[in-house]
Amino acid sequence: MRQSHGSRARRFSAPRIPSPDSRTLSMLAYYLQLGLRSLRRNPALTTLMVMAIGFGVAASMITWSVFRAVSGNPIPGKSAQLFTPQVDGWGPQQNLKGEPAEALGYVDAMALLRAHQAKRQTLLYPLRLSVIPQGSRELPLNADGYAVTADFFAMFEVPFRYGGGWSAQDDEARGSEVVISSKLNQKLFGGADSVGRTIGLGGHDFRIVGVVSHWNPRPRFYDLFSTSGFADEPDIYMVFNRALDLQMRTGGRNSCRGSISYTSWQGYLQSNCVWVTPWVELDSPADVARYHRFLENYAADQQRAGRFGWAANVRLRDVMQWLDYEHVVPPESRIALVVALGFFLICLVNTIGLLLAKFMRRAGEIGVRRALGATRREIYTQYLVEAGTVGLAGGVLGLLFTALGVSGVGILFQPEIARLARLDLSLVGLTFVVAILATVAAAFYPAWRAAHVQPAWQLKSS
Amino acid sequence: MLKMTHLSKVYRTEVVETYALRDFNIDVKEGEFVAVTGPSGSGKTTFLTIAGLLETFSGGEYHLDGIEVSNLNDNARSKIRNEKIGFIFQAFNLIPDLNVFDNIEVPLRYRGMKAAERKQRIMDSLERVGLASRAKHYPAELSGGQQQRVAIARALAGSPRLLLADEPTGNLDTQMARGVMELLEDIHREGATIVMVTHDPELAARAQRNVHIIDGQVVDLSEDPRFHTVHVAEEAHG
Repeated sequence: MRQSHGSRARRFSAPRIPSPDSRTLSMLAYYLQLGLRSLRRNPALTTLMVMAIGFGVAASMITWSVFRAVSGNPIPGKSAQLFTPQVDGWGPQQNLKGEPAEALGYVDAMALLRAHQAKRQTLLYPLRLSVIPQGSRELPLNADGYAVTADFFAMFEVPFRYGGGWSAQDDEARGSEVVISSKLNQKLFGGADSVGRTIGLGGHDFRIVGVVSHWNPRPRFYDLFSTSGFADEPDIYMVFNRALDLQMRTGGRNSCRGSISYTSWQGYLQSNCVWVTPWVELDSPADVARYHRFLENYAADQQRAGRFGWAANVRLRDVMQWLDYEHVVPPESRIALVVALGFFLICLVNTIGLLLAKFMRRAGEIGVRRALGATRREIYTQYLVEAGTVGLAGGVLGLLFTALGVSGVGILFQPEIARLARLDLSLVGLTFVVAILATVAAAFYPAWRAAHVQPAWQLKSS
Repeated sequence: MLKMTHLSKVYRTEVVETYALRDFNIDVKEGEFVAVTGPSGSGKTTFLTIAGLLETFSGGEYHLDGIEVSNLNDNARSKIRNEKIGFIFQAFNLIPDLNVFDNIEVPLRYRGMKAAERKQRIMDSLERVGLASRAKHYPAELSGGQQQRVAIARALAGSPRLLLADEPTGNLDTQMARGVMELLEDIHREGATIVMVTHDPELAARAQRNVHIIDGQVVDLSEDPRFHTVHVAEEAHG
């Protein structure tokens, strides 16, 4: 305008334009405000979209919460250094379709332990014992635990509340040391430091040397032979050799081949029954290769000695390979996740259509905004942010459905799996992030269409 | 201010080409108030949308405030629309979900002004159109005349160099139309360049100059003795 309109022109001249960053933030805040306002517009369409996203995201989050629990890395810092060796003691006629058994018999297990070919090594097998509370009138308790060797605690980074594990000398001395869980310590000693106290297990006295803080890696990678990987925390850890001396039978699986002929404990130890799980810690690929050669040589020696009538057949798997081989993730968990994601995808496809309808109803407004100076990019951003607000509302609804679904997940899964599903802070965050990002992604095309509305046509038609 | 030379606009389909504008020439000087008239389908609105950079043209040249606009990209065209052009539409085109204040704020938001300056400009422009007390009202709560005043306030808030008005009184009754027209005349007297498309010969006669469009071409009526008479008579009367 000409300067003849005087003071107004001068007052309005040379506006102060904020820096690009603060301008971007200011515009995003503006779009967010418009988006929240638009939730009230076309309430039927908005409700349909929010419900579609809410149901879709909830189905995905419920199944994800189960899948996450069963498929995570139980020992992320060391999973690539911990290996379980397998030696085929059954031969091609009796092994598992060419694969060695998932555990070792006593003879092979002890041979590997005595060879000391790894930085650390342990043997373990599950125990089921009765605990006799000392000096109290309470009835004996049932307790689950493991017979392990001294390296177990350092290898698996077991955290201690009081005391610690025992030494290799204690292993050799076949000592009566025992480590108990905090839970058992609470039951027996009210949570006090019980190191040095005596505990009666299976009719024998043991000396407590350590109390473990809560420690129950899931899946329980170190014992997939006897458990599904999702059992409750063990109560006790006992010296492996001491358990053997007391002829404590495995409290877990015991798998044998051929006719079972042993009649004594020594006969059992010498049989082809497998029940001991070995683990070794190897720091480098060279160590892994060396240990693998050692296993092959050991099996070849057994063949030469006439104990194995077949060629060496050994495996050395790390934690994640072992979880994969053992199919720890239940198939129903994978299927449920895939089905839920498919359902979510269908919900999103519907959302695309609904967003398109919602946005294109406002073609006239888009035309006005374009006429008033909005670029295509600004319209595009505005509608993506608006879709984000729909996603946010869908996330709120999805969170409610997820909370309901997590509590009812036992309908689909076994109880020990179902109880792993938890609505924790990370799942809450993920619910919102997925809902918002998925809705924004669904809005790419509708927002693009909105940004390409021809303003002239809209303004002519209005 | 606005100069189109040999400008053409063709709508093409697979079988037919339709010229909305053909060898279109117009030169609007700064500070002029030009009325564009013509029968329905003559190309008036197409001219206005091209002038407002809402639509591209097929041939010729268009200089707006000295800038040749044919090769500008969407960002540059949007920036010019935002900073140099104010639109007034027949149907007001206020955004129904936004109150009066927020409607006027829209172009200022796209310019990236700070909140305090936006508020100052909005209140100034509302005062200018006599609706300062209606800032929190929604369009549905206003009469047609008030809505058009809000639309004018929105167009004025950004201090544009050119006001493009498309049948600004077309949806108003006579009394409201008179009020809006007086407002436009006031704005023109303060120095605005206004191009107004109208069917109404009475309104056209109140502009400084009439441009008549027939079949997409300009017929300049400044030499038409009838128009000249009316114009002179009005000036004498005023």
